[in-house]
Order: sequence, then C-alpha cells, then structure tokens
Amino acid sequence: MQTNFSAELLKDPAMQASEEILRTCVHCGFCTATCPTYVLLGDELDSPRGRIYQIKDMFENEKPASADVVKHVDRCLSCLSCMTTCPSGVHYMHLVDHARAYIEETHDRGVLDKMMRSVLAFVLPYPSRFRWSLYGAMIGKPFAPLLRLIPGIGPRLAAMLALAPSTVAPRSALEGPRTIAAKGERTARVAILSGCAQRVLQPGTNDATIELLTRMGVEIVLPEGEGCCGALVHHMGNETASHAQAAQNVDAWTREIEGEGLDAIIITASGCGTTVKDYGFMFRDDPAYAEKAAKVSDLTKDITEFLEGMDLPEAVVETDAVLAYHSACSMQHGQQIKTAPQKLLKRSGFKVKDVPEGHLCCGSAGVYNIMQPEIASELKVRKVKNIESVEPDVIATGNIGCITQIGSGTDTPILHTVELINWVTGGVRPGALEDVILPGERKAGENPFLAAAE
Amino acid sequence: MTLIAMPEADPTVLARRADIVKELKRFLPETSIIVSEDERRAYDTDALTAYRQLPMVVVLPETTEQVSEILGFCNAEGIKVVARGAGTSLAGGALPAEDAIVIGVSKMNQVLDVDFDNRTARVQAGITNIGISNAVAHAGFFYAPDPSSQLACTIAGNVAMNSGGAHCLKYGVTTNNVLGVKAVLIDGTVVEVGGDWLDAAGYDWLGLLIGSEGQLAIVTEVTVRLLRTAEGARPILLGFDRVETAGACVSDIIASGIIPVAIEYMDKPAIKVCESFAHAGYPLDVEALLIVEVEGSDDEIEFYLDKITAIAEKHAPQSLKVSQSEAESAAIWKGRKAAFGAIGRVSDYMCMDGTIPTGQLPHVLKRISEICESYDLGVANIFHAGDGNLHPLVLYNMNDPAEMVKVEECGAEILKLCVEVGGCLTGEHGVGIEKRELMTHQFDQVDLDQQMALKGVFDPQWLLNPAKVFPLANRPKPAQTGQRVAA
Ligand code: SF4
Ligand code: SF4
Repeated sequence: MQTNFSAELLKDPAMQASEEILRTCVHCGFCTATCPTYVLLGDELDSPRGRIYQIKDMFENEKPASADVVKHVDRCLSCLSCMTTCPSGVHYMHLVDHARAYIEETHDRGVLDKMMRSVLAFVLPYPSRFRWSLYGAMIGKPFAPLLRLIPGIGPRLAAMLALAPSTVAPRSALEGPRTIAAKGERTARVAILSGCAQRVLQPGTNDATIELLTRMGVEIVLPEGEGCCGALVHHMGNETASHAQAAQNVDAWTREIEGEGLDAIIITASGCGTTVKDYGFMFRDDPAYAEKAAKVSDLTKDITEFLEGMDLPEAVVETDAVLAYHSACSMQHGQQIKTAPQKLLKRSGFKVKDVPEGHLCCGSAGVYNIMQPEIASELKVRKVKNIESVEPDVIATGNIGCITQIGSGTDTPILHTVELINWVTGGVRPGALEDVILPGERKAGENPFLAAAE
Repeated sequence: MTLIAMPEADPTVLARRADIVKELKRFLPETSIIVSEDERRAYDTDALTAYRQLPMVVVLPETTEQVSEILGFCNAEGIKVVARGAGTSLAGGALPAEDAIVIGVSKMNQVLDVDFDNRTARVQAGITNIGISNAVAHAGFFYAPDPSSQLACTIAGNVAMNSGGAHCLKYGVTTNNVLGVKAVLIDGTVVEVGGDWLDAAGYDWLGLLIGSEGQLAIVTEVTVRLLRTAEGARPILLGFDRVETAGACVSDIIASGIIPVAIEYMDKPAIKVCESFAHAGYPLDVEALLIVEVEGSDDEIEFYLDKITAIAEKHAPQSLKVSQSEAESAAIWKGRKAAFGAIGRVSDYMCMDGTIPTGQLPHVLKRISEICESYDLGVANIFHAGDGNLHPLVLYNMNDPAEMVKVEECGAEILKLCVEVGGCLTGEHGVGIEKRELMTHQFDQVDLDQQMALKGVFDPQWLLNPAKVFPLANRPKPAQTGQRVAA
C-alpha cells in the first residue's frame, strides 16, 4: 500500500517499523474473511484490513487517536487469525501493538475506563493479589446482576465476576523459586514459566508439566525473580509496564542461561508463549537487552513443541474418549503451532477431533472477555456450539484463557493438553476429571470389553 | 493516479450531507451508518489502492427492505450510489465517489435455504464465495466459480463482475452458475429475476444483470447452482525452460480436446514468491510453470494425467511432477490462490486482467515482457492459461509518483495488445475504473451508445456506480430527479 510518512516521523524507529509493515499490505482483503469481529459485525472497520487502514491514517497524519479509531482497535482480539491468512506476510501483531501504545499516549479514555484498566493491570499479573481478588469475587458473584446495571463499566464488572471460578484452587506444592531434579539420568535442563493467572486458576497444569518432564529425565528450574510475561498490560498498550515485566524475566532466565545453562524455556500457556517469543523484537533497539532477549525468545518453546520430538513414557491408562482439540489463537496463529498438540494427544491414545471454524477465537483473548463482554460472549457461544458439534467427551487446549472462557460455557471437562498426557502416562489424574470417568477408561493393555463389564 | 479522472462531485448534494445522514437514520440502525471521516476513510478504496476517494456516507444495510428504502430515497433525492461487496475488486469496481453513498452488503451474509434435491442454494448477497461451498461441503457439494479471492469476496461482487476463477475452464463463470437473484432497482422496486431453473422464461434478464458492475441494480439475494464435488482431483506441475514452450503446451492440451479443470500459469518471479509462502514444492529453476488439474474417479484421473503427460513430453518439460497427496494438492492451490498477495511481499503491483485467444499465448507473453521492459518495470505473470485469461502483475513503487504514471501507461498498452490479437480488455475483474477509458479500444461509439442507452433504462439519472465502465466523454445527459424509472 502507498504510505505517506514524513521523513521526520520515520526517524522514530517504531514508526519506521510500522511503515514497513504497512508497505507490505496490498489491501487484498483476504484477512477480513477469517477475522472474528468482521465475521460477527460485517463492518470493514472491525476487520484487519480496516484496522490497518485506520492505523495508517492515524500514524501518517500524526492524528491523536480518535474515539472512533480507539473503538475499533479495542474490539480487536489480537487473535492474529489475520496473520495466518495474510498472503503478503503483514505483521499485524507488531502494528496493532504499536497502535495500542500510541492510543494510550494520545487518547484520553475517561475516568471509568482508565480505572478498570488500572485495576486489571494491578491485580492480574500478581498471583497473590489475584488470589485475594478471587476470594472477593466469590463473595461478589451473587451481586453480578446488580453490578451490570452500573452505567459504563457495569457489564464489564459483571463479566469479570461471571468468569471467576466458584472455588479458588489451593496453592501448588511446587511453587518456585526452586529446582526440581530429574528422575533418573538427567537429559535436559529447562525453566518453566510459572506465570501469573494460570498459576492461580489452574496450578495443576504446571504441576503436571513438572511431573511429566522430571519422569522423562528433565531437570526443572523455577528461577528466582520471574513473573508475568507482560502480555496482559502489553495488550492494553502499557509499554512501560510490559517492558519492565519482560525485562525482569529476561534477567531471571539469563542468570540461569549463564549459570547452569538452559536447554529450553517452557511455556504452558500459549498466550504467554506468543509474547515471550516476541521479546527479541520488543527489545530490538535496547542495547542492554537486545541480545539477551533474542536468546530468550530463541529458547522459548510451548510445552507441546518441546515434547513433540521426544519419547513419551509408556501409557498406563487407555480410554475410548473422543477429544475435541481447541487450538488457542496464540497457539495456531501467534506461534503457528498447528499439529504438535494434536499429534501428542493421538499418541496418548485419544480420538482427536478438530473443531469446525477452528480458526475463530473463543473470545477470551487476555482480558478481552472483561473489556468487550458482548463480542466475547457471542464468540464463546459460537465456539462452544462448534466444539459440541463433534460430541466430545473431553476438550483439550493449551491456554488458560480459553480454559476459563470455554469452561464457563460448557459442562464437558476442558483441560490443558499436558495434564492429559501426564495422566495417561502414569501421572496424577487431572483435577478437571476428578468426578468424571471417560468412556472405556482402563489400565493400559486391559481388554476394553472386560473393563466395561466390571 | 493521473490518467483516470473522476466526474465532478455535485455540490448541491454535498451541501445536504447532514440532512441526508439524518434521513438515512430513519430507516437504518445506528450501527449501519458510517459518518465520521476517520471511519469513512477505511472505505475509500478496494483492492486497487492506487485510486482512493472518501465517500460521502457509508451504509451497511441488513435487509433487502433497507436496501430498497435507501435506493428509493437516493433516487428521489438524486444521490449517487456505489455498491460494495467485500471490497476485493482489482479494477476499482467499488471505488467510491465523493458525492455518493456507499452501500455495503457485508452484513447480509447468511445462507437462506439449501435444496440438495434440486441442487440449489439461496444466499444473501454478502456471503463470501467460499462461505457457500463451506455450507454445503458436508453433503458433498460445492459452488463452482472460484476467484482467487474466494475466501473473502462476496457473491454480490461475483455477480456484479461475472467473476471467474481457476476452475472456470471446466465449470464456467458466475453467469453459468447463478440461477436467480433478488435485486433492488434504483427506485426501490424489488424484483426477482430467474429462479430455481437453468433457463427462465422470457428474456435472459439474469444474463443482463450478471456482470453489470453495480450499474443496473443492487443484488441482495442470489440462488446458485450447486455441483457434486468430484470423487477426486489431482494437479500436475509442468515446468518449462522457456515461456513460449509453456504457452505452446497449453495450446496443445486445449487443442487435444481434453478439458482439465484448470490450467494455471506462473512465471519465474511469481513461482519464487508463491513457493516461499505456500511451500508447495514448485520447481524454482524453471522459467514457466503450469499447474494442470484433472478430476474424477482414480481411473479417470490416471487416464487424463497420462494423456497430458504425453502432450507435455513433446515439449520437453524441465520438470514434471504429479501431486502425491491431498496435503500437497492443497499447498499447490494455496500458493496459486494467494499469489497476488504474496507478490506484495516483494513489491507493489498493478494487476492487469485481459483475455486472449489461447493460440496467441506465446506471442502475447513475449510482447508483455517487451512492453514492461520498455517502461523499465518488472512483471510477474500469473494467470488462467486454459481460458486465455491473463493477469500480468506489473511491479512498481507506489510511493514514487513517476512510477505511478509509468505503470498506468504500461498497463494500458498491455490491454490494448490483448484487444489487438483478438481478445478483450477484461477477463474476470470487470472494467471498473481501471479500464474505463480503454473501452473505446474494444467498442466503437455506436456499441457504447447502445450499452449506455440500456443503462439509462434501468437508471435514468445515472446514479448507480456512474463513474465506472463507460468513458466519461460522449455520455448521454442523465435525466433529472423526479423522472420515472422506466424499467
Ligand atoms: S490479507 Fe494481508 S495484504 Fe491482504 S489486506 Fe489483509 S493484511 Fe493486507
Ligand atoms: S487480530 Fe484477530 S480480531 Fe484483530 S484484526 Fe486480526 S483477526 Fe481480527
């Protein structure tokens, strides 16, 4: 596309990067078709091409972000479906990230919106604050219908409460910082990102990862000083906060890399994986961090990517369960991991089914389901309907946001891929399956007919 | 750009803008009217971004009734209208006018009715082309015309441009696959044209509406013919060291009486870029690549592939490879269908669209490279060789005003060449704004006058997409507001 940036403007490296992205867009419109908000709303302004165009207009004319543009950029889920579709390789993620930061600088959101954002940014990235707020939410849940009536932010508060679980999971016994030795001969040493929200909502995911990997001879380190990957505030356009959180992680992992060494940095929430893999870009112009951050991004792997090339321990549990695999946007679009989880689940004995309209977001998208409750809930309903159309006994996915979002709309158990793999290969039974027996569940090698007769 | 002028905007209409918006709000919901400049900006162009024009207002109606109200209002007030599907036109068919209301049909995107027994589907006009096939795929059916933009383009736009696609060699273009439409005339009258049958009684009105580039009516519903998906399909890749040899091979395949589902052509620059996007296993060392696809039962596929291989071997292909799996076939088509966008990775381009008799391929390809060379511009060729529909992509730098002028002149010369060798200006993208002034090379004034007289019957005031298709000179004087629509 033609662009019209002044030479002065292009001196800003961020503008220069965005201009390069805009130049590669040929305005073909392919991306509109796979964008969840365009599919729902049918307005080009809520499509990738339309957003790209609005961002271009705002940047090159040095306009402060108008309320209209903010509305359409805010509605973007950052699901990155558009990037998978785009034949021209337009890096929409970097463009919209830049636009979000620009919006925070040039647009006044008003008191209520700002407050809502600050609260989320204050609470979510910090596990203990988040845990306490969940206790609060449990008490608040019955008041959700009343809260919804508050003008402005009512629907958002109500959405937040609706998402909160009705019980708060106990803390993991394996919380860091610590090192957990491999069982048997050590074959690799990895760090696992403990993260923030997942650690509070589903501590079982990382516990299962640790259990599985140590059995496979991997030593685990949960390093001192790491925390939220920064994605939550990053998607709200708060660059200062996101860079600070990212820098802290880069430091924590670099100490390990330079110390005993790391073979990989394992992420068990694909949303975080997308962000950590982008640290290299985030710090590209920062001489103190560029190299370290690039190294970190290089080493980062989703747990399924790490497991893909390895021999799994032998299965001790078999089932005839039909499993719907929900590929999180951050998995399939953000990290372009399209087959590894499904293959691992098949190797673990599940009948894996892909979900129709699998490219469309479930509406979770970080804090999107709180900030844009209407669109998020429409997407949730659509996603659950598509998942249920394959009549699954269990749903697996790789991202905590999707687990919370989809889980709030279906009775079918939904859990992280690694919890299932760990379980069938001899690990602990996943919490989500505590009260559920999957069809044909039996000890490996047992005759399924006899098992069913028992 | 320079060569193509837009008609003067009507200042009296522009002056009434605020009132017009107010009126539109009477019959449209808030979410269907786009007023602010920031928001209208995103509608100022389609996939031919060299031309841009901010429209006066954009409306996104949700029903035929709303379209009817809007058109009735525009007709009474003398306001111009530009219809828009998904805005994927490469000819500027959806380019707005300053004093026009853009009517986008993108909110009307539902399947209304599928009749598998009679193999038809009735859909709203804003559904994507592939959306139709997706909705019937589970039962083993599909909608045949497949423009490269089928993922995004709407059936409304396909009807307006009589779009084709790679597989049209066997199945025909839009007009051969649409059975009926519901359309709104400029005075708001809703008409049904055609029906559930292959040929309707009376005049072929449907044939008239299909390909009329949004100048006769606005289509809101379409009944399409569904076809059974073939048992199987397999492409073969034929690489040649000379462009002319590939062209000769195409001519021979067609001349032999075989009708493959598609014969697609890519030259070296295109192959390289598409391969890097789709990882389809295209040969990178050849000058020209043909993708020939045949379909049917396994035996049929074998039979035709053998015949095609025999013909190809006479031309000593540099490489010859049959797709071995569904995944490989999918990648081969993914690369081809994304070709235009993928070229965007390396350069801006102007996508031409002309048709020539297939026997002229070798000559025309040679001339195209000479023409581009004379303008010092690069070219990548990607096109439907089977039916002689060329898409040379002339490469240039859009941020350089001098190159903008050059590319326009170069493109015009290529299209004139198509007409000279007995072909035509448009293949499947339509005339739009891009080829408007070239129409005099295809038609003489007598022909054009007759065509314009017909437009005048449907749209006496020339309100429907008026800046397109017909050269600005020698147009009839439009009727004044208030005169009856004769259609
Ligand atoms: S698909 Fe890519 S090139 Fe086409 S409009 Fe979207 S972002 Fe631009
Ligand atoms: S990231 Fe998702 S929601 Fe945002 S523009 Fe791209 S496809 Fe649409």
